[in-house]
Order: sequence, then C-alpha cells, then structure tokens
Amino acid sequence: MSDIPEDLRYSESHEWVQLQPDGTVRVGITDYAQNALGDLVYVELPEIGATYAADSECALVESVKSASDLVCPISGEVVEINEALADTPELINSSPYDDGWIFTLKPEDEGEIDNLLDADAYRAFIEEG
Amino acid sequence: MTQVKKTALFDQHRHAGAQMVVYAGWEMPLHYGSQIKEHHAVRSDVGIFDVSHMTLTRIAGKEARLYLRTILANDVGKLERSGTALYSCLLNEAGGVVDDLIVYRLEEDDFLVVSNAGTRERVRQWFTQAAVSHDVRIAPQDDHAIIAVQGPRSRPVLERIFPSVADDIAGLARFCFFRYQNSFIACTGYTGEDGFEIIVPKGEAVAFWKRLITAGAQPAGLGARDSLRLEAGYNLYGVDMDEETTPLESGLEWSIAWQPADRTFVGRAALESLKRTGVKKKRTGILLEGKGVFRNQQNVFLDDRQVGIITSGGFSPTLGRAIALARVEHSVTGQVHVEIRGRRHLAKVVNPPFILEQDQDTI
Repeated sequence: MSDIPEDLRYSESHEWVQLQPDGTVRVGITDYAQNALGDLVYVELPEIGATYAADSECALVESVKSASDLVCPISGEVVEINEALADTPELINSSPYDDGWIFTLKPEDEGEIDNLLDADAYRAFIEEG
Repeated sequence: MTQVKKTALFDQHRHAGAQMVVYAGWEMPLHYGSQIKEHHAVRSDVGIFDVSHMTLTRIAGKEARLYLRTILANDVGKLERSGTALYSCLLNEAGGVVDDLIVYRLEEDDFLVVSNAGTRERVRQWFTQAAVSHDVRIAPQDDHAIIAVQGPRSRPVLERIFPSVADDIAGLARFCFFRYQNSFIACTGYTGEDGFEIIVPKGEAVAFWKRLITAGAQPAGLGARDSLRLEAGYNLYGVDMDEETTPLESGLEWSIAWQPADRTFVGRAALESLKRTGVKKKRTGILLEGKGVFRNQQNVFLDDRQVGIITSGGFSPTLGRAIALARVEHSVTGQVHVEIRGRRHLAKVVNPPFILEQDQDTI
C-alpha cells in the first residue's frame, strides 16, 4: 500500500508538490512512483534559475530498471535543488516525501496548484491503475 | 493465449512480498523490495534465486554422446567422467546462436541439458528434429525446480543443510556436480561468485527454499540476477547474442571446441569461413566515465562515426557506475562515446568482467 500524505497535491504523472510557508513549492515523486521504478541510481536535476511550463519535462530519474522523465507539475522558476541526490539518489526510495525531495519552484501562478489532485483523488487514480 | 506458468515456489515469492514480472512466459520475482540490496547480498554473503523457469531436457541413449558432439559447438568428449559439466552454444548451420546451455554428464550415455526459458519450444524441437538420425531419446524434464545458491557463504550454508555430504560440497570444483537423493548439486552459476545450482523435485522445492532462508540466505530476483551477470561479463541469450550473431562476435570463441579438427558440428563450416574472411565485430565491455545509466540499444561512437551498439546496459551496484556489454567494430579500443537520450557521453572500452572474479578453477 502506497503512502499518500494528506497535505500534499499530486499529478497524474506521480509527482507531489508541497506549498512552503515562503510561497515556494517543493516537488518530488510519490511513494507509488519510487516503488514502481525500483532502486534509483541516477537523478538528473534541473538547473537553478531555469523556468518550466506546467507539464514540461524538467528532470530525469533513472532506476536499475528504467529511465523516467519528471514532469513539472506547475509553471515556475527553479530556486533550489536537492544536491544530495547527485551522490545518494536512493534517498528518493527511502524517503520520497522528505529527504528525497527533488527541487523547489517559485510558482508563476499559485492557483495552478488547485488543478492538481488531492490525496483522495490521487489514491483513486492509482487504484484505477 | 498461452497461460503464464508458475514455478513451485510461486507462493513463497508472493508471501515474501516480491514484485512479480512475466519473463519468458513465467511469472517470476523481479525483486523482493530492493534489487541493489539483493545484489550486494550475493557479492558479500549468500543469495538464492528461483531459476525453475530454465528448460531441463534429458538426452540419453547409445548415441547420446555422438549426437551431442554433432549438435553442440563445445565438445562433450571433454567430459571424461560422470559428474562433470560444460557450457556450450547450440548453433544453426549459419553459425548463429540458437541457444546457450550447460550440459551435465550423468553417465557415459546419459546427459542433462539446462537451456534458457525463452527458447524452450525452439530448442526442444531442435533437439527432437536432430535426433531423427541417432539412437537417442529426448525427454523433457518438467517436474523439477532449480534453485541457485550464490555468494561467498554459499558453501557453509549448503554444508549445514546437507551435513551428510558436507565434504562433497566443500570440495566441489567449478562445473562439477553430484547426485544427492533425488537432487543434483552442481557448482555452477551466473553471478561471478562461488555458488551452486541445485535441481530438486518440485515437491521438495518449498522445504529446501525455507531451509535456505532459515540459514540466512537472501532471496534475490531476476533484477539482481541481471546486474550480477552483467558485472561478471556473462552474456544474456536473446540480448547479447541470438540466431543472427555468431559466438565469434559475442565473446564466446573460448567455448568452441575446434579440436579435434575432424569433429563435424552444426555451424562449424560457417564459423571457419567467417574466420577466413575475418570477423568484423567483437563483443566488449564499456564503462561510463561520468554519471548516468546505460540502456540496451544505445549507440557507440568513435569520433563521430557509429561503431557499435550496447547489447545490455545497466548500472553496476558494486562499482556505482554504468556498465554495458556492447558489439563494436573489431578495431575499437580506448575512449568512445555513447549516446544517452540524445547526448554523447564519454566512456571507456574495457575487457569484462567488470569485477574481480574468484579464482574459481583452483578450489
């Protein structure tokens, strides 16, 4: 059974976003996604200062099994990246919602977060398969 | 649609929480939580694999030895005593690899062949057709399970489980085996570690599996099996070689018995002709210099010219780097580039294995 924290929002491509007190948004991949990918061995992080439109490819996660693009869940500018993932990508497996966060965005429009799934809707989405 | 097959250990895998995957028509464990943890367990301790999907065929009869000397590229004539085994390719007339297998000599005129799962029907049909002109019986053996026990601690674990044959296990050399009750215990494997492959009757598989786990062995799935064999530089049939490629282009010339020169085997003429005109490609290893992961079918470049292709690429948990087996033009050495997702990455041509192997011939 996948862990799906109630206070996060989710994309159908299995990213999570968390609105921070300073108005930035933290992004990672869900427990369901890390489990499906298997052991992660490489993460290609976005560059600080890069801007992405919602639904565009912004990073890459590779597991022992396959490579998977990370899709930017909302539009914005990358303001912080999780440098620890360069040497310890397995943090995404062990702690997908905390130590395994991938990057932080300054959103172009905070309202885009409302377009994403809440925990119940995401749970229903993955149960549908 | 053909029904997906299950091994005798299917319930054990499911109860252990394995992620199951359909491989060559069998529902098999991919991993039990972490492929990398399973990989390290085999390199440093002991891991167990359910490899019951492999194909077992008994080949017996007055002309069994002659028959196998005719259809296999390696020579069972080298098996001077019962209880020894060898690796061989099964070739077509063009020298292409129909399968690779291990043949065990049970008696002078009685052999057991373990071949791949993906080629089950093809190979059994091949054996049967080739048997028409020989006094030989081809008998599929589908009532067994095969469990691989691999890693530096595999000997003490098995000695404890089979105390009455502990000395036989302790002294068993690579590619040797013995019969114990209704089982065969063979010192063979696909990981680059010391280890055993044990053929047991289906009905005994679950009890044996449980005893191995109680003894501290880590169940390992097909994922770890693949990364272990890649580090050890072992080819995977259907990926690193197939019916369109010869052993000479697949790093397997060592397994062709050219002597005695008057032994005619299927594919020999084609291979000799290829050697005369010159083999254009070779199998090699490739090590990625920076970060990233190799995948199958990525292209290899020397300067700006494509000189080959990765046949199996992946990540080496032992080295913490991407490694691959590739088929490249014969002269390629040194630095190359590999195209990963549209970008060229610096890599180095090396001779497999990627890890230091145990000196397994001097046990």
